[in-house]
Amino acid sequence: MLRQIGKRLATAIPSLIGVVVVTFLLTRVLPGDTAAYFAGPAATPQAIAEIRAKLGLDRSLPEQFVSYVKDLATGNLGNSLSTGRPVVTEIKARLPASAELTFLGLFLAIAIAVPLGILAAVKQGSIIDHACRMVATAGVSLPVFFTGLLLVYVFYFLLGWAPAPLGRLDAFSSAPPEVTGFYLIDSLLARDLETFRASLAQLAVPAITMAVFSLAPIARMTRASMLAALASEFVRTAKASGLTPTTVIIRYAFRNALLPVVTTLGMVFSFLLGANVLVEKVFAWPGIGSYAIEALIASDFAPVQGFVLTMAIMYVALNLLIDMLYGVIDPRVRMEG
Amino acid sequence: MNRRDFLKTTAIAAGAAAPVAAPFIRSAEAQSRAETLLVVTESGPNNVDIHGVGTNRPGYEVSWNCYDRLFTHGKKTLPDGTDSYDRDKYEPELAESWDIGPNSATFKLRKNAKFHDGTPITAKDVKWSFDRAVSVGGFPTFQMKAGSLEKPEQFVAVDDSTFRVDFIRKDALTIPDLGVIVPCVFNSGLVKKNATEKDPWGLEYTKQNTAGGGAFKMTKWTPGTEVVYERNEDWKSGPVPKLKRVIWRMVPSAGNRRALLERGDCDISFDLPNKDFAELRAAGKVKVAATPVGNGIGYIGMNVNKAPFDNVKVRQAVAYAIPYQKIMDAVLFGMGNPLHGGSSNMAAEVAWPQKHGYTTDLVKAKQLLTEAGYPNGFETTLSFDLGFAVLNEPMCILVQESLGQIGIRTTINKVPGSNWRAELLKKEMPLISNFFSGWLDYPEYFFFWCYHGQNAVFNTMSYQSKEMDALIDAARVAAAEGNKAAYEKDVKAFVTKAFEEVPRIPVFQPYLCVAMQPNVSGYRYWFHRQLDYRTLSKA
Repeated sequence: MLRQIGKRLATAIPSLIGVVVVTFLLTRVLPGDTAAYFAGPAATPQAIAEIRAKLGLDRSLPEQFVSYVKDLATGNLGNSLSTGRPVVTEIKARLPASAELTFLGLFLAIAIAVPLGILAAVKQGSIIDHACRMVATAGVSLPVFFTGLLLVYVFYFLLGWAPAPLGRLDAFSSAPPEVTGFYLIDSLLARDLETFRASLAQLAVPAITMAVFSLAPIARMTRASMLAALASEFVRTAKASGLTPTTVIIRYAFRNALLPVVTTLGMVFSFLLGANVLVEKVFAWPGIGSYAIEALIASDFAPVQGFVLTMAIMYVALNLLIDMLYGVIDPRVRMEG
Repeated sequence: MNRRDFLKTTAIAAGAAAPVAAPFIRSAEAQSRAETLLVVTESGPNNVDIHGVGTNRPGYEVSWNCYDRLFTHGKKTLPDGTDSYDRDKYEPELAESWDIGPNSATFKLRKNAKFHDGTPITAKDVKWSFDRAVSVGGFPTFQMKAGSLEKPEQFVAVDDSTFRVDFIRKDALTIPDLGVIVPCVFNSGLVKKNATEKDPWGLEYTKQNTAGGGAFKMTKWTPGTEVVYERNEDWKSGPVPKLKRVIWRMVPSAGNRRALLERGDCDISFDLPNKDFAELRAAGKVKVAATPVGNGIGYIGMNVNKAPFDNVKVRQAVAYAIPYQKIMDAVLFGMGNPLHGGSSNMAAEVAWPQKHGYTTDLVKAKQLLTEAGYPNGFETTLSFDLGFAVLNEPMCILVQESLGQIGIRTTINKVPGSNWRAELLKKEMPLISNFFSGWLDYPEYFFFWCYHGQNAVFNTMSYQSKEMDALIDAARVAAAEGNKAAYEKDVKAFVTKAFEEVPRIPVFQPYLCVAMQPNVSGYRYWFHRQLDYRTLSKA
């Protein structure tokens, strides 16, 4: 198995090199003059030239690329101009925030969508089936920032149930001592139930926003693959043998229907990472999405490159994980190099 | 791991995760809340040193509150009852007293003032800090130059508590320029300790750490998320602030900032859209202070180097075709002073901004355009900065529609914020909507940057006129010599000229709006348009 993983990782290297080259070039093609932006409103052309030299932007593209790659090799992603800190530090600090939100959103989505999809398939044409269809359509057609703003308006502004959308913790709580960077886990490790409650409360609405967005594909896929599994011969045989409906549905049908669902989960997870950007803006969430957007607006190259690279690595890791899961879930699937 | 084990463990893990419900424990934080101010704004600092490369406006706020200057400004109450800094009244800060002579100014520093780390503040620190401001280049050096503060030799530490500034020329702006954000006093020992050979002024250190002796200490800064300050209990350069702690959170969504205000979950917020401020003010649940931005105008600028705007009649035609009142109502929602509809284009007072004589008069505009030789109008591009789209976009659409009625067909060009300055520098855009304000609130200062033939970035119209230059220079000289009559005559003359030749059409003077909870008091408007926490208090 280790050899297979190694092989898989080796195939990912060309795509990572591609990502490095493309992001480097893309950020250079973007409109906007970094030096003019950071020289401030009162800059003279000389001042801008000075800053350009300071940032190394006066050198030729190949030269800039070589020094960028050299830095990369030593794990240095450069410095962010807009926050004034090294990109690696920023990403390290912000990735857990995004990941915690994404995982919780995905977890919620699975917890709702999978049972809903199974029920819809088992009771095809029933009210539950229609409800499943409705939820799926609504979830897909609502833009994620809109859902976010709507939920904030209803649950925070009108009802006052949710806490203020001020990021990971309200202004008067302090973060738990960092172990994993996930506040829920860290606060439990520190046995600080109050912080746990506070961070869960902050997480709830954005996580629901993410879940609403990702419900649809999971529910639809579960329903479709369950229908296919339920129509197959081994299910008919199991039913005919007098097994209980639960056994038939869960043990025989669902397990066989799991493969396409896992594939969808992988896709949904990558969508969610993208959707993060908007949700983070709405909820003032200090994640990597909002960081990348701010950097992009300020034509601050280093964080944008760092962000895309991190995302690329995460996709590669995710795909590897899903491929491995296939093998575990269904013995018929074996990893090919 | 085999398949069965995997499925089983996943199921168990999922089951175990579900019932972790958090027990509710109430916190007793109410007490600290009363002494803590929660500020929310769209974006936060990128650098907490005003001398740094590309420090943004929020960064100015940190510098203003965490560092001392030699003196500060007094306060005045505006006609609407809000407080403002007083341009003409100086009050002691780090310097207890000073003596301004014809060739130099001598400052006596407080003997008991200390930096945050406990080191006493001496004249050597002041000299080092001012040397740094004129040496690092970029914005701080440029700002110092505006007050004829150019060389380290001008700054002399006479003894530990006496500091002297020598003038290189007579300039009425030298003393005002010592009261802006840039000439702040750094803990030179601390910064030098953290300086490197490549970075002799320690800019890398002060980028992320404050090294001052101001009224507040920055205790935490998470870029893009929050800044936390504690009061400096040992502050000697003024009355100790009432607030113990200030928490400044970045909330990017304007809708959420408004929701936070209305729900009472934050204390004070800047930068909401004007419509929100107008509505909040009307609803009356939160206090809204709106102060005209000193020396600031929103304007339509025309590139006078290019046809058709090289023709003064065309420019006047455009000035008669701007839908001024509509812009005041539908774009600013009343949060600004109109600058149209004066009795004539003759300057009525020695002030800037002031009203010009143009109004929306399409018949006159059409007639001027015909006289200029464009009876059928022409085509052009109207550009604006997307970074300020909330104001710029509706304004440009109104202008586009109105110009269309006299035959000037415009295409709107939206320039991304990061690209705007680069575009301005090229000076090629024919028609733009833009905003400019000067820290130092003096007409000749504004005109020196925006109309003078030295052609600074802010002379966005590339306007060149020998007469204009002569008037501006004469006003500066008259101000330096204290010749009031000549000064007033020159200011009126250059304002009149700017109105008649109208390379830029002043449209409005915006208000700086800030919304706060009813229990927050002591807000004061400052020329730098950021918050001064020192005067604020919470009931």
